[in-house]
Amino acid sequence: MSKSTFYTSIGYKILMALSGLFLMFFLLQHLVINSLSVISPDAFNEASHFMGTNPLVQFLLQPVLIFGVVFHFIMGFFLDLKNRKSRSINYAYNKPSANSSWVSRNMIISGLTVLAFLGIHFVDFWIPEISTKYIQGDMSGMHNGEFRYFHELHEKFAAMPRVIAYIIAFIFLSLHLLHGFQSSFQSVGVSTSKTRMTFYKFGNIFAIIVPTGFILIALFHFITQH
Amino acid sequence: MNLTLEIWRQKSNSEKGALETYPISEVSEDMSFLEMLDVLNEELIEKGIDPVAFDHDCREGICGMCSLYINGEAHGPDRRVTTCQLHMRKFKDGDTIFIEPFRANAFPVVKDLVVDRSAFDRIQQAGGFVSVNTSGNTQDANTIPIPKDDADTAFDAATCIGCGACVASCKNSSAMLFVSAKVSQFSLLPQGKVEAKERVINMVNKMDEEGFGNCTNTGACEVECPKGISLDNISRMNREFITANVKK
Repeated sequence: MSKSTFYTSIGYKILMALSGLFLMFFLLQHLVINSLSVISPDAFNEASHFMGTNPLVQFLLQPVLIFGVVFHFIMGFFLDLKNRKSRSINYAYNKPSANSSWVSRNMIISGLTVLAFLGIHFVDFWIPEISTKYIQGDMSGMHNGEFRYFHELHEKFAAMPRVIAYIIAFIFLSLHLLHGFQSSFQSVGVSTSKTRMTFYKFGNIFAIIVPTGFILIALFHFITQH
Repeated sequence: MNLTLEIWRQKSNSEKGALETYPISEVSEDMSFLEMLDVLNEELIEKGIDPVAFDHDCREGICGMCSLYINGEAHGPDRRVTTCQLHMRKFKDGDTIFIEPFRANAFPVVKDLVVDRSAFDRIQQAGGFVSVNTSGNTQDANTIPIPKDDADTAFDAATCIGCGACVASCKNSSAMLFVSAKVSQFSLLPQGKVEAKERVINMVNKMDEEGFGNCTNTGACEVECPKGISLDNISRMNREFITANVKK
């Protein structure tokens, strides 16, 4: 496949879809690890320590993930701007709700909300983690003689405003996934007349279960300390 | 029925346009939408006003000439019909009806409600055909067996009349439903498979060159298409585009 292939409207769609599929896979593994914090704090600590210190995860998968996130957002903005330019004069009277869903037309709004949330999430967890490990040089994962990961997560969800912000963000993530999941399979050409509805239904399940899982975990930590 | 029409008037592509209000009375519910506009134009001519320019030809729903964005939807509120087959019974006495041209930068306004859709012709010319080489021993198409499903799907894709409702309805002014239908109608058949790779690449490149937007799979095109062209064609075109580029 030549470089010019990706500089076409279909090429952009494919890149957008592939980065989206990669991020959905990441979300799923993030949910599985976070779920351990509800089931077993020890298991959560072990998994977090492994993910936080394993060189493969830290120096290969983490940069790939960051690239995937940045690429997906930049590509989303770029395509949105490009698409807006394709119609200089808008309709005086338009009725888009007659033929398409709100979520499919407003991926940029749900995406921007998720981006804003990622800013909070990075300040809450990622930046302190990077600071502890790579600036202070503490790779032990310990605090006062025991693993610090569970306590850090648990304490973060003591504040109600943070829990509310997370819930709102996950609702928008759900809206984003409601269209994004099935759309990505359509974009890479996997969807056919026989499979389209399956992707659509599975996408709805994924878009509800994954964000709901994150919301329940946040609520669990909030409720168990009040 | 007595109606109020808000119609986009624009003298030429270089001049600014605006909506103008025209009341119209005694409209029969059995009239087609275009017949109603014919009556309005007769009245305007009698008053010495320039009639409203709009595209039309066969008035049987098969030529793809009529367009019009009526009350916020391409070809109006009815489904699976072109504007010429939309009837006034779909409206109520006292209604205000907004009539605008199909809007997309790739479809510049010529006058009033007439837009230049020749971008579609140029996309077709880029690959929407099967070359017929006069070798002298060309096989009769009817002797080549084609699976029934493929023939039916190709025929469904071929029913696209190229009216441009997909572009007009898409929030991104994407032409992917049209291009994918034209790609599919050939690539599913043995005669079209020979040039399938070049066809999809050339037609997609031409589509991009003409300034259409990118598809974001909202599905608005499929809903508003008067011929019910399926989104499956877009997925098929994406698949073919990937395959064609991998094998290039």
